[in-house]
Amino acid sequence: MPEPITKDEVAEVRETLQKFVPIKGVRQVPLEEFFTSGHRTCQGCESSVIMKLMVKAAGARTIVLGSTGCMYVANTTYYSTSWVTPWMHTQLGSAGSAAMGTAAGLKALMRKGKIKKEPINVIAFCGDGGGADMGLSAISAALTHRDYNLLILLYDNESYANTDIQVSSLSPWGACTSFSPSGKAKRIMHNRWKKNVVGMLAAGHTECKYLATGNASDAIDLMNKVRKALSIGGPTFIHTLDPCTKGWDYDPMFSHELGKLAIETGIWVQYEVENHKLRMNGISKNIAEGRTPRKPVKEYLLKQGRFNHFIDEDFAYFQKKVDEQWEQWWLPGVIPFAKETEAVKK
Amino acid sequence: MAAKAEIAGQAAKTPTDIEHEELISGSEAIAHAVSLADVDVITAYPIRPYDTVMQYVAKMIANGDFDCEFIVAESEHSQFEIVKHASAVGARVFCGSSGVGWMYAFEALTVTPALRIPMVAMVGNRALDDPGAFGVEHNDALAVRDLGWMLIWVDNAQEALDTALIAYRVAENRKVFLPCAICTDGAFLTHSQYSVKVPSKAQVDRFLPPYKRDDLLLHPDNPITIAPQVNEDWVMEIRKQNDEAMKRAKGVIAEAYREFKEVFGRDYTNSMFIEEYMTDDAEIVLLGMGTISMPARVTVRKLREQGKKIGFVRLKWLRPFPTEELRKSLARFKAVGVIDRDYSFGSPSDGGVVFNEVRAALYPLAKRPLMSGFIAGLGGREVTIENITQMVEMLEKSVQIGKAEPETHWIGVRE
Ligand SMILES: Cc1ncc(C[n+]2csc(CCOP(=O)(O)OP(=O)(O)O)c2C)c(N)n1
Ligand code: SF4
Ligand SMILES: [Mg+2]
Repeated sequence: MPEPITKDEVAEVRETLQKFVPIKGVRQVPLEEFFTSGHRTCQGCESSVIMKLMVKAAGARTIVLGSTGCMYVANTTYYSTSWVTPWMHTQLGSAGSAAMGTAAGLKALMRKGKIKKEPINVIAFCGDGGGADMGLSAISAALTHRDYNLLILLYDNESYANTDIQVSSLSPWGACTSFSPSGKAKRIMHNRWKKNVVGMLAAGHTECKYLATGNASDAIDLMNKVRKALSIGGPTFIHTLDPCTKGWDYDPMFSHELGKLAIETGIWVQYEVENHKLRMNGISKNIAEGRTPRKPVKEYLLKQGRFNHFIDEDFAYFQKKVDEQWEQWWLPGVIPFAKETEAVKK
Repeated sequence: MAAKAEIAGQAAKTPTDIEHEELISGSEAIAHAVSLADVDVITAYPIRPYDTVMQYVAKMIANGDFDCEFIVAESEHSQFEIVKHASAVGARVFCGSSGVGWMYAFEALTVTPALRIPMVAMVGNRALDDPGAFGVEHNDALAVRDLGWMLIWVDNAQEALDTALIAYRVAENRKVFLPCAICTDGAFLTHSQYSVKVPSKAQVDRFLPPYKRDDLLLHPDNPITIAPQVNEDWVMEIRKQNDEAMKRAKGVIAEAYREFKEVFGRDYTNSMFIEEYMTDDAEIVLLGMGTISMPARVTVRKLREQGKKIGFVRLKWLRPFPTEELRKSLARFKAVGVIDRDYSFGSPSDGGVVFNEVRAALYPLAKRPLMSGFIAGLGGREVTIENITQMVEMLEKSVQIGKAEPETHWIGVRE
């Protein structure tokens, strides 16, 4: 007769976590690469920089699961994989399930003594299409399972890029994509506002101890976020905004600048929610605390071909929506509603 | 349902270190097998009728009698994706579904054999929507028949338990490494009780080696890339490997049945892929899968009392398909009627799936029986002795006129 299971399973998974070792500056960044040559992403692809930083921060004892999209198709050509860590493909909407299955498998095998008990990081990544559209339900489920250590990283290039740049629920309002071209009858085909992913997930998954946004233009910040996510325990989530030369239509040399400009204009907000405490990071912190004024969104939009068709009223609408997010949201840039009494005041 | 759950509670208290007999349903029998096989990760999602197996599993875990990760997924797609990934890191897994639930998982069902992931699933066969029906139909499981799933239909709870153990042994054999679905007719098997011999843990340990992935293990000690983008460069070679694996499965299944007899004493070696009933001197036989065997056998006995030379052949494994065994068996008869608990609209002769597959298998024979297909019992409708007698009469008529007529007939439909 097997022993009844009386152990605290949550405590059990804590035993198999890596410790948080912060990276305090460029000099402390590990030299080892776990995402190396062999990939075929576009020149200037920021998503591939995210992959490199993500697994560099995580280290060798990591299993990476990648859902279909550019970061699958362009990175794992047979015989020339760019992954040094173990890597496995998962289906477009399966990042949450892949992370859970891998973590559950490891946990069961370690508990039963079938494999050595040790910290093994589990990271599943997905694109904006795979994560915020098709796979949202599985990610949501994964974030409620506090007894599995896992990180889901959503790399957001703001379109279904791999299939030829189609609009997703994270494509910015008005952007020209192959499913939302600008035409004579309709200047703006894509008239939905981008989903607020981390805000939504943080508000709705109260057992999740760590969620963050990130950007390749602040590499150290991103790597530390990955390390925090992998050491805090339970399911965690990171959403990065990644300029995509092909989809956004700009010169590849400006990828980093564009990522940074998204933050400076307040369109993208850098923050983390750690143990339910919100902390703004970097430039976003300065904006939130009133030290740095936001740059006009037009500066960012004008640099990208996907907004070429914008006229003054489109820029104005975009600016108004971003202003709202900073001036009227209860938690500026994070939680998109106000208390009724406060809303009336404004 | 409360009463059933109570039974599961009692069953879970029964010691597993000795072989013993219990009155249990098909679902419960499979739950026992899963626990005896020390499965590591199980995912569940509710849909009738398969979900009873998960209720029994949950109860065993709640009672501390079975240790595994039990995840209630948020959809069948996730249910199957989760166990797929757990299997890749070396965990023994169990999953299952019914009807539209199985179809909801279809993408995951597609990639699992393509990735050569061993997995055992239970399908509680159920009619697909719409319109809603709880009863049995085989179209759910049949939908994966081209993809690399091993598919077996069982017809009683003992066979369900035994087959689950055999399924793990075959699926996890490195020569095979394919998923296996145990198909159980909704209600007729999932919810019907039989007296079942539940083996001891020691017996199961002797029969079932641990699941080992070796160089295919996804683990930091073995940093491999699984399922890279191959395109036209390699995809054909990889498909061919799956083809070979499925072909090898037949030998591995046969070996498993022989070993099963040694360890457990139950002998399936004369009915590994097909099971014949009263066929020795038969001139006309019916063929079907799953619990259709029950009314079929009763009808055969009744008609034999009238001096008719009738028999029944139960097709067990649909994948790998027992081409040789069927040729050898069916060539002896004047007429064969295939009972399909499924439909395949617009198919050859507008026939059912099994009918067309069996008929195709016999094509190269010099001497072939006349063949008719009977579509019956859809949505769980009872197939009666009268229905089966009617099928036999049609086959007798075909023999008289020397031509299969009709080729396909729907039995028991209100006009
Ligand atoms: C179920 C399913 N539907 C559609 C596709 C086709 N598809 C392949 S990659 C891709 C784009 C995914 O977009 P995203 O997740 O944003 O990743 P990106 O390509 O932008 O990196 C799509 C739609 C697929 N692979 N699977
Ligand atoms: S299309 Fe965009 S995301 Fe895809 S490889 Fe090119 S730059 Fe990267
Ligand atoms: Mg994308």
